[in-house]
Amino acid sequence: MASFAQFGNDLYTGRRQINFIGRRKLWYGITAVLLLIAALGLFGRGLNLSLEFSGGAELKVRGVTNTQNFDTRAQDAVHQATGTEDNLIVTKLGDRDIRIQTEKLGNGTAAATEEVRGALAKEFGVPAAQIDSQFIGPSWGETVTRKAVQALLWFLALLSVVLALYFRTWKMALAAIVAVIHDLFFTVGIYALTGFEVSPATMIGFLTILGYSIYDTVVVFDKVRENTHEAFVTGQRNYDQAANYAVNQTLVRSINTTVVALLPIGAILVVGFTMLGPGTLLDLSLSLFIGIAVGAYSSIFIATPLLADLRRGEPAIKELAARAKAYQTSQRAALTEADTPRATPGESASGVVEPERAAAAAAARATRTKKRETHPLARLDRDRDR
Amino acid sequence: MATRNRPSRTNGHPKAVLLTLVALIVALFAGIGATTVLGDAKGQWTPKLGLDLEGGRQITLEPVIGEGSQKINSGQVERAVDIIRKRVDGTGVSEAEVTTLGERNIVVSLPGEPSKEILNSLSRSSALSFRAVIASTRNEPPTRTLPQPPSVPKATASPSASGSTSPSASPTVSSAPSSSSTGANGVYPQAFPAAATPTPTPSMTAGATQSPTTATANKPKNPSDPAWAQQPVSAVWVKGGVVDQGSTYQDLLQEYSCTDNETRLIASNAPAGQPVVMCDQTQQNKFLLGPVEVKGDSITDATSGPETNQQGVQTGGTQINLKFNDAGKKAFGAMTTRLAALQSDADRNRSAIIVDGQVLEALGTREPITNGEAQITGGFTPASGKLLADELKFGALPFSFTQLTNDQISPQLGQDQLQKGLLAGAVGMLLVVLYSLFQYRVLGLVTVASLVISALFTYGLVTFLGYANNFRLTMAGVTGLIVAIGVTADSFIVYFERVRDEVRSGRPLRSAVETGWQRARRTIIISDVVNFLASAVLYILSEANVKAFAFTLGLTTLIDIVVVMMFTHPLLTLLARTKFFGSGHKWSGFDPDRLGAKGVTYAGRGRVTIADRRRAAAGGQI
Repeated sequence: MASFAQFGNDLYTGRRQINFIGRRKLWYGITAVLLLIAALGLFGRGLNLSLEFSGGAELKVRGVTNTQNFDTRAQDAVHQATGTEDNLIVTKLGDRDIRIQTEKLGNGTAAATEEVRGALAKEFGVPAAQIDSQFIGPSWGETVTRKAVQALLWFLALLSVVLALYFRTWKMALAAIVAVIHDLFFTVGIYALTGFEVSPATMIGFLTILGYSIYDTVVVFDKVRENTHEAFVTGQRNYDQAANYAVNQTLVRSINTTVVALLPIGAILVVGFTMLGPGTLLDLSLSLFIGIAVGAYSSIFIATPLLADLRRGEPAIKELAARAKAYQTSQRAALTEADTPRATPGESASGVVEPERAAAAAAARATRTKKRETHPLARLDRDRDR
Repeated sequence: MATRNRPSRTNGHPKAVLLTLVALIVALFAGIGATTVLGDAKGQWTPKLGLDLEGGRQITLEPVIGEGSQKINSGQVERAVDIIRKRVDGTGVSEAEVTTLGERNIVVSLPGEPSKEILNSLSRSSALSFRAVIASTRNEPPTRTLPQPPSVPKATASPSASGSTSPSASPTVSSAPSSSSTGANGVYPQAFPAAATPTPTPSMTAGATQSPTTATANKPKNPSDPAWAQQPVSAVWVKGGVVDQGSTYQDLLQEYSCTDNETRLIASNAPAGQPVVMCDQTQQNKFLLGPVEVKGDSITDATSGPETNQQGVQTGGTQINLKFNDAGKKAFGAMTTRLAALQSDADRNRSAIIVDGQVLEALGTREPITNGEAQITGGFTPASGKLLADELKFGALPFSFTQLTNDQISPQLGQDQLQKGLLAGAVGMLLVVLYSLFQYRVLGLVTVASLVISALFTYGLVTFLGYANNFRLTMAGVTGLIVAIGVTADSFIVYFERVRDEVRSGRPLRSAVETGWQRARRTIIISDVVNFLASAVLYILSEANVKAFAFTLGLTTLIDIVVVMMFTHPLLTLLARTKFFGSGHKWSGFDPDRLGAKGVTYAGRGRVTIADRRRAAAGGQI
């Protein structure tokens, strides 16, 4: 892993830089395409909502020894118990479990579900305690959804305030919120596209993604703030470069964090898929897995470029850009004069000059102090020193 | 600079901070230990599990509003929770939980597999009503021991009940009421106009006292008519196995057992137009009651306050004031007019307030109350008066409930889920440990230690909250805990990366830890605040499962801050003083060479970096 550490070092010192901000049009384009696909899925295919949202009944017969003809046997048992011809979906889970799902069982009451439970226990020769039943009234899903949407809106509102106060600029808050909404939309879109079932547990996952995604963005923005603050003081980099440098410097941390967050969730996913089957654990972890991955993407590729775009028009930013340009032009001139090694990619993207080159440039500058006195831009440097 | 001074204050005593943390953990587990030994309800060493892990029945009830005109307020829902809780407790199910869900829904969690009767009793509307007392008798538990089939007691029991063999039973029973000694001793306007009542009494009592002899085979003339006792019982009693086909209500009065919850459930479901037998809350007395005369929903208001006499002077007692709507006024007027005329009959003078198959109070009637406002006085304390007033006001909820969800989870499934969940957690933890060892070398062990401390804290707090706040760990909660591993580990990553950044900039480790901490702390705090905010919003606004998840996530976020501040940072400060870390050993995770610190650049004036020193040592210089 020496190479990864080396990669981190290079990102940190600026020897190697990825131009996140400069190439933002590309990221925006990719994101737009992805969002369009998500929208197609969401509005075209729609979400595959679980039983909890539509209402209905689900029974799980566990530990069945004889699963021969389980479908017809289950159908018959249920129809006999309810006296109605309900549309049943009978599936076998694993080796010995049978699941029966229906939107309406008998007269659609909890009592009917109870009767069916008894009938199934008899048919499959298991004690009734081995049958899990779930009855959900039709308005349950609506309640859950309403609550979730409420929570979402409140969270976004509160978050905007907290972030605006912390970062002292509403633009950072806005960029972070946009990134969060992107994550949410995209994750839900993936659910629509793949047809994964959305259960209340999935919705919990969606809501948690909010927290995670924001968390990720906040860590990056914190560094952005630190770097841009420094840039305003020294005037050596413009806002874009300082922000880009910040993203690069936190990239290793972003990767590490995402991997560490995804590892336990991935473990749940594997256990869930192989051993448990559908349930709270699986639903929750799947949505989190997707959401966290998307969240890492958005904090790097969307939030920060967007922030730079939002702030570009500000007079202070423009002024900084002018100062940085002057500084970098003069430095480049000095570097050319000093005949230092080839420029690193970090220089244009993040305004970071490698230590060796910086030293050479400083030396070159020191030798031509006289000349610079007459340089029209020299005054800016001097102003700064004052 | 202020920021430079601050670290030295906290970090000057990393050992003290670590010791405080150890003390905290010891205190936490000592607290749990104390609950297991000393607690009222004994605490336990393991977290309380939610229904989905423990197995059992969970039902969500939603109120059904009758005409849409009435809005349900939170007081009513709270009251409904109380009533349902009483019902559940009354059925003898232990460890049942009744909680509100959102503004109006109610969740009932019952461990194990509850019977059908219990389930039915939950969603039944809590119908409070008034019935006239026809007869009463003491409940005598020994007569009804265990397995006697319904037919046997019918033959043997009749002699045992105080001389009630004859068909004209009511007079004999009426001699035995010990009503004044029990809770059933309230009286409508207590002290006065005795002068007004006598006039109707003679004529009415005459008619009433004659009726038992003449009306044995006849149809009862009014709800207080003792002839009801000779009527055949409603089918529900036969079906429920309390009495045999063809029994009369008189038989039922004898067979009825106050301590049998199943019987009580049948009583609460008995038809309103028929008599019924019920017991009072002490289970000492049983009553034969006439058909329902006044329904509880005709009570518009019930308050309790200091008792006043006619001159408006407080007497020191407590009275309950009732107000009826028009229908209630009429029905209550009719009932009290009839009962007031029966003053000579200690039983039949009374009306019973019943709820959930139980007599709340059996009240004597002194005078007809036709203005729709009644006062109940007699032997109430302010507390018991308020209780009854509340029962009267809310006891008859204007709504019944439908079942929104009804889940039965077998204990095996819950166990299975929990085991697999814990397995996933263990695997996840292991992967995180491996990854951090890979990335941070020996430093990864600090992560492991921190995670272990976090796990200790979490386990302790979840267990303790299970005792203190009845917090139950559900599957969603377990998932929250597993997910939190990632959040917790991230704090260390942010911190370590910051320290590494400082090392890269050429600082020696000891000062890199301090400056790195200064910067990382801000980030860790704000990101934890955001995370906590998310879980707080989720916790406040959401319901059921989401709440449990949000709670564990919020809890672990707080634990994360504590652990980073009080464990990881002090530990790292101490480690930075060791030779292994301080000199940037190859495996320490802080090797300056590996981190690319060249040692010449950012070290600043007069500062010598580790890399410098090492190079100097290699070159034989000092």
